[in-house]
Amino acid sequence: MHGVADLSAALSAPVREVAGGPLLEVRDLTVEFLTRRGIVTAVEKVNLTLAKGETLGIVGESGSGKSVTSYTVMRILDRAGRIAEGSITFSGLDVAHAPESAMRDLRGREMSMIFQNPRAALNPIRKVGHQIADVLLQHVQADRSNVKAKVIEILEQVRIARPQERYHAYPFELSGGMCQRIVIALALACRPQLMIADEPTTGLDVTTQKAVMDLVTELTRARGMSTILITHDLGLAAAYCDTVMVMEKGKVVETAPAERIFRDPQHPYTKKLMRATPRPGITLKDLLPEDEPGSAAAPLPAPSAEPLTPSPSPARGAGSAPSAAAAVTEPLLKVENLLKEYPRQGAPSGLIARLKGKAVPEEDAIFRAVDGISFEIRRGESVGLVGESGCGKSTTSSMVMRLLDPTAGKITFAGEDISAIPARDFAGHPMRRRIQMVFQDPTESLNPRYTAARAIADPLIRMGKVGGGAKLREEVEQLARMAGLPLNLLDRFPHQLSGGQKARIGIARAIALRPDLVILDEPTAALDVSVQAVVLNLLDELKHTLGMSYLFVSHDLHVVGLLCDRVIVMRQGRIVEEGGAQEILESPKAAYTRELISAIPHPPV
Amino acid sequence: MTIATVEDAPHSGLAATLKHARYVISDNPVTGVAFGMFLVLLVAALIGPYVVPYDPLASNTQSALQPPSGAHWFGTDNLGRDIFSRVVVATRLDLAIAVFSVALVFAAGGIAGIASGFFGGWTDRIVGRISDTIMAFPLFVLAMGIVAALGNSVTNIVIATAIINFPLYVRVARAEAAIRRQAGYVQAARLTGNSEWRILLTTILPNIMPIMMVQMSLTMGYAILNAAGLSFIGLGVRPPTPEWGIMVAEGAAYIVSGEWWIALFPGLALMFAVFCFNLLGDGLRDIVDPQRRT
Repeated sequence: MHGVADLSAALSAPVREVAGGPLLEVRDLTVEFLTRRGIVTAVEKVNLTLAKGETLGIVGESGSGKSVTSYTVMRILDRAGRIAEGSITFSGLDVAHAPESAMRDLRGREMSMIFQNPRAALNPIRKVGHQIADVLLQHVQADRSNVKAKVIEILEQVRIARPQERYHAYPFELSGGMCQRIVIALALACRPQLMIADEPTTGLDVTTQKAVMDLVTELTRARGMSTILITHDLGLAAAYCDTVMVMEKGKVVETAPAERIFRDPQHPYTKKLMRATPRPGITLKDLLPEDEPGSAAAPLPAPSAEPLTPSPSPARGAGSAPSAAAAVTEPLLKVENLLKEYPRQGAPSGLIARLKGKAVPEEDAIFRAVDGISFEIRRGESVGLVGESGCGKSTTSSMVMRLLDPTAGKITFAGEDISAIPARDFAGHPMRRRIQMVFQDPTESLNPRYTAARAIADPLIRMGKVGGGAKLREEVEQLARMAGLPLNLLDRFPHQLSGGQKARIGIARAIALRPDLVILDEPTAALDVSVQAVVLNLLDELKHTLGMSYLFVSHDLHVVGLLCDRVIVMRQGRIVEEGGAQEILESPKAAYTRELISAIPHPPV
Repeated sequence: MTIATVEDAPHSGLAATLKHARYVISDNPVTGVAFGMFLVLLVAALIGPYVVPYDPLASNTQSALQPPSGAHWFGTDNLGRDIFSRVVVATRLDLAIAVFSVALVFAAGGIAGIASGFFGGWTDRIVGRISDTIMAFPLFVLAMGIVAALGNSVTNIVIATAIINFPLYVRVARAEAAIRRQAGYVQAARLTGNSEWRILLTTILPNIMPIMMVQMSLTMGYAILNAAGLSFIGLGVRPPTPEWGIMVAEGAAYIVSGEWWIALFPGLALMFAVFCFNLLGDGLRDIVDPQRRT
């Protein structure tokens, strides 16, 4: 903090005084979109005031209008959207009626934006240094002679190591966190007064998120800039904002200082969001709203009302199921010295190394995604596999899932060595039905041309040997009831359903064959927190009623802690720590685990 | 960008498609015109031979080389045949050649392309080299060679037209299948016990059908032009069968002596058809393109 202040003083940054009126004032803003089905009001009567040097958090779930509000402030709505009512005043300028030329001048110089996906925000075929230089030249902050020095100075400020070298790097040569730093450098290049960060860390790991957010806070504080942070994560807003504005369905439901909104939320929607956010020291049930057990929109089936006992499905033939005695002693899944190697192609500094004539050493030519890991899952147990992106957790789950062949190692499932069966042939193997999966993105994992009923029925048709329309329909309806999917939605296509409903279809499909092991690949990562709360509870309930084991793959330790009995922490293809979920969350032994836990922002409750 | 979307009432797939089609047509009148033109072609092909005023093959030397008039709307040719009747009757043959060749190339090129994109490896290499080989020739010359070698018949025109369009279909299908190869729903289909070929035919193929439909419409026009071109140079369809290409060829000799109508009207019909399918392709793309669905 001190260093940055020094640095900006040395650069003679004009720290703008907090004086006079607010920097940004939005009054009764209503934004409408012209769609095929008539006019849709995305934002209704929004008021906000942003003082100089203030950080405002706009929090809300998808469709709440938080992004539209900020896009309107920058006047970058697409052509279907228009400001129907209200005014936006940015340091004395009427943004709603300003000519486009004035806005063009304003964007980048006076107000700038950081987008969600840093890789998509950078031009992939231009060196990052040149991209920053473009902005400086565009807004006459530098000329040809001194632009490179200025760019390197900026790269240093956003903590890019070896800025001289990185000036010549292409976006694909940099990691996600690094790309986001470049985007921040772009946004800050012209020392704007207002920065809008739209979910700046959503695709990043928690530790990277912390580093990026700390950097943004330091730089903006040092320069006296105002920031609008748009996020769905209450914890992030609590940790980094002065004021928090909660939006729901285009309306502002509550605006208050950050400490107060978390200590004493007023609006029921804010309370609901607060409850649904995973945090230490709570149970799954605590995530659900107090008054309504289960969500009102799609109530969970009460276990008493619905006979959920696993019907003796044809899946478990007498031959394939191990005896009860064996089940107690023998683990369901045993992974031994699992190894997956890939030929190394795009090493981060590959191009630079090659340009300098440094040949890649032989041992570096192979990349070990999974480096000899061993673990066990017992019957009825849920195990969390946690780590940051690139740690090998998804590769591990793909191999256990038998979608990918391991380089070496052994996977024993219910006493049978399944790693010997090639992934290609596993679809026809009787074991297939006993290991199923719930995918990360509920939208992407559903065939757009299948109705909900057809998607759920697919495993039954292929492997369940359920013949006949009526029988099949009955089975599908029972599965839908178990997954809490209203039966009248069964004939809809995925694009007609919400994210939570699609997640339920994915779950119903995974449990259709009454598998022994279900792999959950970040099943709630694409969902809003309130939907996540309901889905996590549903998964927990299904586990108990059907007696399944879970392998829960996630980057979020808090979520994993809620659902799992045991947690395995992975880093760079190896297991760092393994133990009981509570134990790891409360007293982590490995330094890396401690780092992971401390990086998760959470509301001060 | 997140916008509060209005949840549409669940209606049947067909009704939704029709509603969307109506929206696209009203949004872009050119597409409406294209659909109208397509309807005209369809009617001419289906009932043309039964409603035309004259027998398209009956020659009548009494009335040879007459300019357009009330009795003969498009005039008559050197044998006194009514050009209007011949142009209308020819629609069926030209459309049939185009439809069959497009169906053939869709079946062969589409499946080969999907397999190529989905399986990769050796399948991709073999299919890729075959289509590269075809692309290496000037396509019309290749079609001429195929018809000349296989023999002068309508079937061979269909085959030749299909072969020269093969690489186009392979490329589109390959690219689309490669995008979807690792899609979540394809993985999910694997988990539910579908074999690779079943995934290819029941999951990938239906999902790239809309894109293939656009491709088919766009190549229809090209197929008609190709068939007419082959007939024009005397390959394939033989006189006196009414066919646009032959009719243009027959009329070409008379343009210098002032009988312009013999070549002009079949030429216009050809233009009408090609234009129609190209516009239709653009319109279909608007209908299937999710970007247009606001």
